Amino acid sequence: MSESMHITLNVWRQKNAQEEGRLEAHACDVSPDMSFLEVLDVLNDKLVSEGKEAIAFEHDCREGICGSCSLVLNGQAHGPHKNTTTCQLHMRSFKSGDNITVEPFRAAAFPVLKDLVVDRSAFDRIQQSGGYVSVNTGSAPAANAVLVPKDDADSAMDAAQCIGCGACVAACPNASAMLFVSAKIAHLGLLPQGQPERKKRALAMVSAMDREGFGNCSNHFECGAACPKGISVANIARLNRDWLGAVLTEREERKDQGD
Amino acid sequence: MATQEAATTTSPAQNVHPKLQSKSPSGPMAERWTKHKFDLKLINPANRRKFKVLVVGTGLAGSAASATLAEMGYKVTTLCIHDSPRRAHSIAAQGGINAAKNYPNDGDSIFRLFYDTVKGGDFRARESNVHRLAECSTQIIDQCVAQGVPFAREYGGLLANRSFGGAQVSRTFYARGQTGQQLLLGAYSALSRQVGLGRINLRPRREMLDLVVVDGVARGVIARNLATGEIEKYAADVVLMCTGGYGNVFYLSTNAKNCNVTATWRAHKRGAYFANPCFTQIHPTCIPVSGHYQSKLTLMSESLRNDGRVWVPSKMSDTRSPEQIPETERDYYLERKYPSFGNLVPRDIASRSAKEQTDAGKGVGSTKMAVFLDFRDAITRDGEDAIRARYGNLFQMYARITGENPYKTPMRIYPAVHYTMGGLWVDYNLESTIPGLFVLGEANFSDHGANRLGASALMQGLADGYFVIPATIAAHLAGRALPAVTEDHPEFRAVAQQVTDRTQRLLGIKGKRSADSIHRQLGNIVWNQIGMARTASGLQSAMRDIAALREEFWNNVNVPGSGADLNQQLENAGRVADFLEFAELTARDAYEREESCGGHFREEHQTPDGEAQRDDVKFQHAAAWEYNGEGKPETRNIEPLTFEVVKPAQRNYK
Ligand SMILES: Cc1cc2nc3c(=O)[nH]c(=O)nc-3n(C[C@H](O)[C@H](O)[C@H](O)COP(=O)(O)OP(=O)(O)OC[C@H]3O[C@@H](n4cnc5c(N)ncnc54)[C@H](O)[C@@H]3O)c2cc1C
Ligand code: FES
Repeated sequence: MSESMHITLNVWRQKNAQEEGRLEAHACDVSPDMSFLEVLDVLNDKLVSEGKEAIAFEHDCREGICGSCSLVLNGQAHGPHKNTTTCQLHMRSFKSGDNITVEPFRAAAFPVLKDLVVDRSAFDRIQQSGGYVSVNTGSAPAANAVLVPKDDADSAMDAAQCIGCGACVAACPNASAMLFVSAKIAHLGLLPQGQPERKKRALAMVSAMDREGFGNCSNHFECGAACPKGISVANIARLNRDWLGAVLTEREERKDQGD
Repeated sequence: MATQEAATTTSPAQNVHPKLQSKSPSGPMAERWTKHKFDLKLINPANRRKFKVLVVGTGLAGSAASATLAEMGYKVTTLCIHDSPRRAHSIAAQGGINAAKNYPNDGDSIFRLFYDTVKGGDFRARESNVHRLAECSTQIIDQCVAQGVPFAREYGGLLANRSFGGAQVSRTFYARGQTGQQLLLGAYSALSRQVGLGRINLRPRREMLDLVVVDGVARGVIARNLATGEIEKYAADVVLMCTGGYGNVFYLSTNAKNCNVTATWRAHKRGAYFANPCFTQIHPTCIPVSGHYQSKLTLMSESLRNDGRVWVPSKMSDTRSPEQIPETERDYYLERKYPSFGNLVPRDIASRSAKEQTDAGKGVGSTKMAVFLDFRDAITRDGEDAIRARYGNLFQMYARITGENPYKTPMRIYPAVHYTMGGLWVDYNLESTIPGLFVLGEANFSDHGANRLGASALMQGLADGYFVIPATIAAHLAGRALPAVTEDHPEFRAVAQQVTDRTQRLLGIKGKRSADSIHRQLGNIVWNQIGMARTASGLQSAMRDIAALREEFWNNVNVPGSGADLNQQLENAGRVADFLEFAELTARDAYEREESCGGHFREEHQTPDGEAQRDDVKFQHAAAWEYNGEGKPETRNIEPLTFEVVKPAQRNYK
């Protein structure tokens, strides 16, 4: 095993949503081959054996796919590497003597529940508003009945890879959820299956996003830089187009109905 | 009478335990599911909204079931541990999902998928269930495509297929290396739509901690609100448990950290028989352990074996770097031992073969607990770009974790626990031995026998959720009289009190060790004695060691904090406590099953060339364990398995 490194973690501790939080320093000896979350595990084990409360942090798959882990390291959502979630980050990316500040994803729409755990259920509510194709089980046509050009399928897959972690929101100065929403809009909008509800979906998801208290997009594009799955900010342009198109059609329709 | 027997399509089999009647339909295999669906009662749409369905878990099985039942009009409540249903462990599945579409026209059929699955499971699965699974497979693909799952496509716009471990036809559908993610997001979108429409009451951050049985029928669960610590009661007319597998009994596994046995174990203690707990799958291609702090293991998809060649140096303790080892001094042992299947032999065989090599001192890397998976020849043949297109994200994942470049140097891989074939016993309707408790997906035992073939767990989860349960649930709802039961029923209060008491007990021990450290120690015992090779004496010592560790836990665990808020240490402690009970049963199951089959390899029972030696006379059955109360040994009941279509034979992949 490679030699050990000494680092200091300044970890955000907050008892619950109501109380104020603060940073707490912990000195840790770590191996460069450890993942960042394993450092927290080892620290927690030590805290527990000392009878202290462990640091709460969200994690599950530890391989960059479930979207649970949600830490801001030295001000960067998911830490220093591109296309990497916190759980995939290894200590070889730091050097001995480093100080690392560990904070939760912060946004008005993501209230802190405890320590590093935030409530991201706003994302689910956005999905519930329209992030789907309306097809009941059993009513699907044969799978190869509709051809999908490979390039479209590939681009849809690029967008569909979003893991719903919320790093885009945490990184955005306005705490906007546009990258998250646009990934779903692009995924479904690029496929023939998503066409019938395309406009309706854009309207519904954008208004759900606004209701949840996410900010507006003012083209900082910090979201794209922080996204661990490399979701392209070009999707935001597509979302804007779909949304604008939908708003205009909606107005037309209202006029026709004499509304 | 509350426990009036549900509608069955066959008469009870003689000489079979009354609770272990499989209720498999009779008649020609290919017509059984259709016949059964016809024989099942229907519930008219207006009546469906009168029934409350409680679904626990939102993996493929739980999300698919919740969405479908809500679409049909049932009143659905769905719980999951995670903050969002989309984070269920299914999200991590990589390689693909099987379906007998025969799009490549290479000779596949429902019958072949059925045949391969029965054989792959080493003749320890129920034929009727497996055939139904193969039948449902094709509809699954249709459904997922309609939802917008972006499966891989050919240039002509048609769906692409690949072959996957253990199959000689290309029947696996995939979405890059993230098939589970895309299928789960499809099911999650269907679930979300129903939540948005107000037809599903979604309760995330809830952990089921007990099952409530009233007059012999499952009528709900007690759950802890993981954000607030509140103990909540959920009453229903039917309970569907879709809570996944128990691979984390090994501590280190490819499963996500929250995977647990708690839901199934506590249902077991309320009367649900637990079948074949010793049938666990060790996946051959995972990234090896790097140090004592290791918290989980990462799978490298089996699809890599389509292009990667597995080898070790022919010489023992060879310390040269792989590039320096000439072709003549490499042992491509799978290709050598199994010329017709080569690198694509089933998982149990590939895993055991890797262990054989490291046991013989031919392991590679600094720990010597690894073998090579080499892409050199595939890259020379197809080019690096083609390999990147196929496996780019897997190669990237490998590079991130190990700091090595797999395009240049072979991957180091080693087997790790991955999937659990055992689970709660269910009949053909997926109903457990507790009436009204149905079990779906990895949590049940039914379809994979002693070994699961690659790309068939996703298929099973979705078949159970989208197609099986929506039909079979009627056997219970329409077949039994269900008196109204609400959360105020005394049984709900009693069980909630027991859950609260247990929480207080855990918090009150105030010992010195974290639950995690005890879990790690348990994992060591389980991996060493109930892992890839098992012996009678090893299993006996495992049972003793586990019992002793359980003592240690209840005397020396420390769970800081309180039960009245978010407390991950408390959550974990409850799960570890259950693993400590469950592990002993696993050891006992492995001990009593004196044969080798699939992933269960008893060293005493092997053929002269080291293959698993089944004993069909004594063990052609599922073992279904019955809980008898705290501290009392469990009873081993059996469901005999009959093979009417695929005749049991020694599996041969040579
Ligand atoms: C790394 C990896 C790769 C894999 N790749 C493939 C593949 O390529 N192809 C394939 O076919 N299979 C694959 N598998 C297997 C497959 O992913 C799983 O078997 C399958 O997804 C299980 O689905 P499930 O719905 O049964 O359970 P899960 O997805 O595990 O879901 C369980 C659900 O239950 C909930 N839950 C658990 N306990 C409780 C409780 N007490 N209270 C409340 N909720 C609870 C969880 O929150 C979760 O929502 C893979 C597995 C792993 C580990
Ligand atoms: S823990 Fe799953 S993405 Fe990090």
